[in-house]
Amino acid sequence: MADLKPTLIKNKAVVADDWTVLRLQAGEAAHNVKVGDGKIIVPLNVWHAQRAELRQRAQRGVWLAGHEPFEDLGSDLAHFAVIAVDFPIFTDGRGYSLAYNLRVRLGYCGELRAIGDVLRDQMFYLQRVGFDAFTPRPDRDIHDALKGLSDFSERYQPSWDEPLPLSQRVPRKGAKA
Amino acid sequence: MYRYDQYDHQLVRERVVQFRDQVRRRLNNELAEEEFRPLRLQNGLYLQRHAYMLRVAVPYGLLSSTQLRMFAHIARKYDRGVGHFTTRQNIQYNWIKLEEAPDILAELATVEMHAIQTSGNCIRNITCDEYAGVAADEIVDPRPYAEILRQWSSFHPEFAYLPRKFKIAINGATTDRAATAVHDIGLNARIDAEGRVGFRVLVGGGMGRTPIIGSVIREFLPWPHMLTYIEAIIRVYNQFGRRDNIYKARIKILVKAIGIEEFTRRVEAEWADLKDGPGTLNVAERNRVTTFFTAPTYTPASNDPGPNVQRTGAPAFSHWLKRNVKPHRVPGYAAVVLSLKKPGVPPGDATAAQMDFIADLADQFSCGELRVTHEQNLVLAEVRQADLLAVWQAAKMHGLVTPNIGLLTDIICCPGGDFCSLANAKSIPIALDITERFDNLDFLHDIGEIEINMSGCVNACGHHHVGNIGILGVDKNGEEWYQVSIGGAQGNDTRLGKVIGPSFAAAQMPEVVARLIHVYLHERIENERFIDTVQRLGVNPFKEFVYATPINTEASVIQHHVEARAYG
Repeated sequence: MADLKPTLIKNKAVVADDWTVLRLQAGEAAHNVKVGDGKIIVPLNVWHAQRAELRQRAQRGVWLAGHEPFEDLGSDLAHFAVIAVDFPIFTDGRGYSLAYNLRVRLGYCGELRAIGDVLRDQMFYLQRVGFDAFTPRPDRDIHDALKGLSDFSERYQPSWDEPLPLSQRVPRKGAKA
Repeated sequence: MYRYDQYDHQLVRERVVQFRDQVRRRLNNELAEEEFRPLRLQNGLYLQRHAYMLRVAVPYGLLSSTQLRMFAHIARKYDRGVGHFTTRQNIQYNWIKLEEAPDILAELATVEMHAIQTSGNCIRNITCDEYAGVAADEIVDPRPYAEILRQWSSFHPEFAYLPRKFKIAINGATTDRAATAVHDIGLNARIDAEGRVGFRVLVGGGMGRTPIIGSVIREFLPWPHMLTYIEAIIRVYNQFGRRDNIYKARIKILVKAIGIEEFTRRVEAEWADLKDGPGTLNVAERNRVTTFFTAPTYTPASNDPGPNVQRTGAPAFSHWLKRNVKPHRVPGYAAVVLSLKKPGVPPGDATAAQMDFIADLADQFSCGELRVTHEQNLVLAEVRQADLLAVWQAAKMHGLVTPNIGLLTDIICCPGGDFCSLANAKSIPIALDITERFDNLDFLHDIGEIEINMSGCVNACGHHHVGNIGILGVDKNGEEWYQVSIGGAQGNDTRLGKVIGPSFAAAQMPEVVARLIHVYLHERIENERFIDTVQRLGVNPFKEFVYATPINTEASVIQHHVEARAYG
């Protein structure tokens, strides 16, 4: 098991994951936790605390909890290769609005990744609001989770994936006179 | 009424496939119960005391005879022959097997029905006035807007995991029959000085543990902005609503906590990005959906004799005309309320046989359409006045003409502790006891208009806060008690009732209601309804009389054992 390469779902396929998510352990502090070399997705508070150093890296990644103020990322936003949104539990829907606002309001175009309690049955909606990458919960089969992306073939309402409502995309008939 | 096109059919079918697979995975234990629970709830499936309950959506209360026959079929095939109509214009079945739920949803899909988002922390069924399209006081027909909202909110990807449930009601008439003030969002149609249609938008109303009347967030929102503005409201709620305490998670608590001014500021900030964007509703789509709600061809009224009481000589018919027949905007027509509040039957219940019969009645007399009211009755909205006697005679055979609409025995009542696992106390047997105590029709008519609303717990499915008499089941050390409030009202002058004092045992409740009525009859001045007298005198005279002498708790109470076989 140990030598299994980490994977994620990206652009509707299972691919190798070369990023590591850094989560602060008990006793660790944002300002002095050591951020290893390579592609690391750091917590938002670590980004703020070590911004000067982290900004020097070629590949930057940050993760936010659903309630964290994304506006603080400001001009850094465009320079992240990855932004991840953490779902502490799948029923916490704040991450959906956060993702939508990152994409639509702030115009973030890099990878937007769902991490944490990410499960098959939420994947369809997650991709609609802006996520293009997913790391399903490690105890679940990632190939099974992938199926969740194709639960529906049509959409009534606009969101990030589809800016136009159904009625503006296809001809829909009224009642027969 | 609205008919599905290929896209509606496709989405609902795909939902059935999705849920069937989720049920399969649950039964195989691939899905844990806590992972499955929100999924089944968003398909209307609750786990109750004895079995699963399935809540099927009746979008804005509008139903075809074909759909009602399907309800009857489902009651027979998958339940125990009964359906229960709810205060949110839906229908519930109380004896459902999990493994059969996908089949039921597949059958419903064939008649353009579903159970999507009838529960769970998402946008629920949109409700509106049961007399929409026929009401004499209508400003704007709310049904096209309700259907547009139904589609927009169905499978909304961002709002499926809100802090708590979210209910939207639309009223299009001068009289609010949709209880808009006690919804998360209430829309009241208006026409401004330039003749534009729009909505007065209320936000943060609700019942439950903390009843609050909604605040006005916009006096006039032109209709093209309906969807984007609601999206902005719900996005603010989704981000800032509390998630740490289920009892403080509704939008009303957020609005109260930060104040309507700050809440409005945040909504406006969200809306700034959306306003006039692609989500804006356009004329073509509004007009397309409106074509589904055009009026039938009416027969001119000139030769209709109208409801002729003398002709039949039956006082029962005359009572029924007075209570159960409502005005229609077209001369010569009327809306007929079929009472599901017959003494001895749980309020809002209809048997499969009754549903089949009502479907036939709708085909014969009312363009094949029906409405479900939030008072848990059914309405035939397009009846020629010349046919009223025939409708009455036919419906009488099936126990559907109890002339009690708006009277004391037209009780709004949740399923309560007999079925619901949330309930602290039973509600149906109390309603039955009260109904039995007031079985004299002349007396009922003398008492006049009064609304008794009862809920088996603080979730307030029975709308007890806005009942003229509100009854709330409470748990005291494992025993069932009932707290009584008076002075609540729904409609344009929505008010929350005041609790009169310590709660009562079940057996005392008919006497408590009788004493409240006694004070009213003694104190009323001419033409005053119960609610008017309460508002004039305040709670005290009622309270004093109710508690003046002890009420027997043993009482000669008939035990109503609520069980499917009791319906026959």
